[in-house]
Amino acid sequence: MESNVLVVDDSAAIRKILQRVLRQTGMAIHTIHEAGDGQEALVVLGAQKVDLVLSDINMPKMDGLQLLASIKASAQWRQIPVVMITTEGGETKVSEAVKLGAAGYVRKPFTADQIKEKLAGILEPAVSL
Amino acid sequence: MNLTEIIAKSVTHSTLEVFSTMLGVDVASGEGAVETGMPEAREGVVSFIGIAGAWAGTGSVSCSPALACRICAQMLMCEASAVNEEVLDTVAELTNMIVGSVKTDLEQHLGPLGLSIPTVVYGRNFKTKSAGNTEWIVVRFQWDDETLVVKLCLEPKEQAAHVMFHTSSMQSCTLEV
Repeated sequence: MESNVLVVDDSAAIRKILQRVLRQTGMAIHTIHEAGDGQEALVVLGAQKVDLVLSDINMPKMDGLQLLASIKASAQWRQIPVVMITTEGGETKVSEAVKLGAAGYVRKPFTADQIKEKLAGILEPAVSL
Repeated sequence: MNLTEIIAKSVTHSTLEVFSTMLGVDVASGEGAVETGMPEAREGVVSFIGIAGAWAGTGSVSCSPALACRICAQMLMCEASAVNEEVLDTVAELTNMIVGSVKTDLEQHLGPLGLSIPTVVYGRNFKTKSAGNTEWIVVRFQWDDETLVVKLCLEPKEQAAHVMFHTSSMQSCTLEV
């Protein structure tokens, strides 16, 4: 089954790179939605079926940890895996993300292989015909 | 190794890693140097990101418009012939990744630190200056004939400057970072 992914980052450059990397992973992905901050992400989640969220932490308006907390507090969304992709490599932020229920963590700068490895247990591989 | 040497080493390692990982490019790094915060005439793209915590300061990346376009084209695999929103966003994210990696390294020595959202300035004939007599740890990187300058100033909180000033020949204003 193909999945819908939501990429949340205030950098349009990172969203563009993640779009490309996700398409190269060989995972079964149908649609990649984008949001520039946590508030925008909640609007997308309310309007679209999303199977995975990839989110930055350090963003304006609503940061990635606040978004993660909102998703995990929602009966409707709490089953959606959230993977944090961020420059915030400090133990404090990692521990907080894990405590809030993050499914994984990738540090920027990242390679396509690191993203693929992290998503391997979350998304299904595309079926080649 | 003193803090200046630790910062210079971290800036060098982080910048080389970001270029290698995100752009697939090996840039050449120069030696780290300490420079005072005297204003210098600028032309090009300059990005700032604030660092806060028990120690506070600013990280900065600057380069020519041509190099900013080249970085954007390489990182996003697209055409970039003029400095536009996409180019500025790419330089901001480059700064975020470099200074973010340095911040993570320094937290082992200085405790938890926070990062602001990056600010990018593009123009001609403008100057930048930190409030106070800030010393910058500066490392220059060479990509063919273009130079990227990465600077970082960091002081114990009570001494730290929290405001950057940028001025042009036409006007002056305060830029909070």
